[in-house]
Amino acid sequence: MTGHSTYQPQNAFMKWLERRLPIAGLVYSSFVVYPVPRNLNYWWTFGGILSFMLGVQIITGIVLAMHYTPHVDFAFNSVEQIMRDVNYGWLLRYVHSNGASMFFLAAYIHMFRGMYYGSYKEPREVLWILGVMLLLLMIMTGFMGYVLPWGQMSFWAAKVITSLFSAIPLFGESIVTWLWGGYAVGNPTLNRFYSLHYLLPFVIAGVVGLHIWALHMVGQNNPDGVEPKTETDTVAFTPYATIKDSFLLAVFLILFAWFVFYIPNFLGHPDNYIPANPAQTPPHIVPEWYYLPFYAILRAIPNKLLGVAALGASIVILAFLPWLDTSKVRSARYRPLYRQFFWIFVVVCVGLGWLGSKPPEGAYVIVARVFTAYYFIYFVIILPVLGLVEKTRPLPGSITESVLGKGVPIGASAPTSSGAKA
Amino acid sequence: MTTITRAILALVFSAAVAAPALAQEHENPLPPKNKWSFAGPFGKYDRAQLQRGFKVYQEVCLQCHGMQLLSFRNLAEPGGPGFTQAQAEAVAAQYKYQEGVDDAGKPIEREGRLADLFPPPLVKFPTATPPDMSVIAKGRGYERGFPWWVFDMFTQYQEHGVDYITALLQGYEANPPAGVTLPPGASYNKYFPSNAIAMPPPLSDKRVEYTDGSPQTVEQYAKDISAFLMWAAEPHLEARKRIGFQVFIFLIVLAGLLYFTKKNVWHTVELHPSKLEPRAPSEYPKKT
Repeated sequence: MTGHSTYQPQNAFMKWLERRLPIAGLVYSSFVVYPVPRNLNYWWTFGGILSFMLGVQIITGIVLAMHYTPHVDFAFNSVEQIMRDVNYGWLLRYVHSNGASMFFLAAYIHMFRGMYYGSYKEPREVLWILGVMLLLLMIMTGFMGYVLPWGQMSFWAAKVITSLFSAIPLFGESIVTWLWGGYAVGNPTLNRFYSLHYLLPFVIAGVVGLHIWALHMVGQNNPDGVEPKTETDTVAFTPYATIKDSFLLAVFLILFAWFVFYIPNFLGHPDNYIPANPAQTPPHIVPEWYYLPFYAILRAIPNKLLGVAALGASIVILAFLPWLDTSKVRSARYRPLYRQFFWIFVVVCVGLGWLGSKPPEGAYVIVARVFTAYYFIYFVIILPVLGLVEKTRPLPGSITESVLGKGVPIGASAPTSSGAKA
Repeated sequence: MTTITRAILALVFSAAVAAPALAQEHENPLPPKNKWSFAGPFGKYDRAQLQRGFKVYQEVCLQCHGMQLLSFRNLAEPGGPGFTQAQAEAVAAQYKYQEGVDDAGKPIEREGRLADLFPPPLVKFPTATPPDMSVIAKGRGYERGFPWWVFDMFTQYQEHGVDYITALLQGYEANPPAGVTLPPGASYNKYFPSNAIAMPPPLSDKRVEYTDGSPQTVEQYAKDISAFLMWAAEPHLEARKRIGFQVFIFLIVLAGLLYFTKKNVWHTVELHPSKLEPRAPSEYPKKT
């Protein structure tokens, strides 16, 4: 999308079309000749995986919607009918429910990669913020989708999460009633969640478009965090990035298939195979695994309003990351101290996830509070201070130098010795 | 790693290890793991076991529990108990269904057909209805705890529900331990979360007659009905695992081919930067 397209249509029809709608040229410049840094590692393949997963979720979701009945009396049984009587309905549903988990897994890896290599820094702030918006949209979509089977966990998750809004002073109760469409979680709630669950993926697709647009404006970051300077610093998107993305996508699909075909209910909760019963509260209400870290933060704080505020802040703070991290050096490769705090942050996030699945009592609460404190201190204190005091390692002169070692003539036109590989 | 990092990591891990020890709660014994024919990547239901389990359901469970998501036709479908269509029709004909009314306004009774749902339970309870058993094998489970749940991901242990039900059916104790008082009508069961279960012990030795020579014991009944319930909850399990294996072979071959293609494509890049196709300067990201 940057610069003038070099696309030269060969065929008469394509020439005709290109003068009226240069869509082939757009695809050519964005996904064929688009230059990507040559040193991208496999952590950079998750953007492609995420696009693929969005497609999987939308396609399976549309077919599931053809068989699903959004009504409190029929929702549970209609899902069971999909599992039993719709041709390959069990496959569609298990792909969709496990697909949500895989989507979040890929998104979290994608985000941690962005954080490790400083991909949010100037000039990629908007790209990063669009990503945070995508996470928020995914969280909303996933939550509403979890409610649709109308099992016990669906119902009680809907109740617990919507009730969080009651913590808002003055208007809290009115907002909750408005969200529910009544005075309890009921049929209007299920109907609107269904409607929004169908709508939001298309909003996500739109924001993904903006995310890719922003990406193509500024170019990809890379493991060394230095911008491409010469021709030898980059390779063409096709075939280099496409083949690398395709390979890791296939590996990712093996993991996905393992869950879908062999352990399809591993990530779910058995209680969601019990039809929703407003008169019976399950002993432990737990969200899906991908919300557990946020759930742990919510419950770590004894005050309801502050807990909800912390939950919201834990996501919103990500949008401010480009300005909270004061270091001029992007990649953790050249930031020895940052790298250590980053890995502690990863451990803390995983730990919060584990704590979110535990009852909020005893030592669990204490550990959850320590971890929650670290989560916020990391953003508000460690990152700003680290950028000012950290002694970073010297950056390579260029991507080519980083890959092939010093002594390779940068942008040379003559072949270099084959022993120059780093 | 610096000392600070080591200290912080040590703190984190010791906290994570100490937390469960400090947060002890009331716990049931873990249900023993059974060997199931349908476990693992090549699992298949044991037809004879499903047929025996169906008999236990008909003669015992059906008194109180419905299975309203199943029809008699399911009994003859592939991947299930393996009844022939004629056998399934004969099973259906054992039950009476009402359909419409005659000229005098009296309900017309007819024999069940393949398309009919399983009959409603025979005994009606005025207050609490015993749970429907259609998906109960997936709607029950137990916590294996860390680190076992991590291993379960690799060993494909998915039989929490059936192991729990098998254990529960054998977990009754006539005399509850000292100090435990049960609400009126409840029985003591060591595997039930609150220990006080409203269902009286449903099985006893020789209660259901087996014609295939299998032992007529509570243990065997419990296993057979659990296997039957697993099929009822997951009737396409065999197809899922079979297709899954095919998908696996396909994906592994695909990933292998893509890997070598990738190696080939990147081969030149990694050695000869200058041999890359030259591109116009306009194709590079603008300097900022």
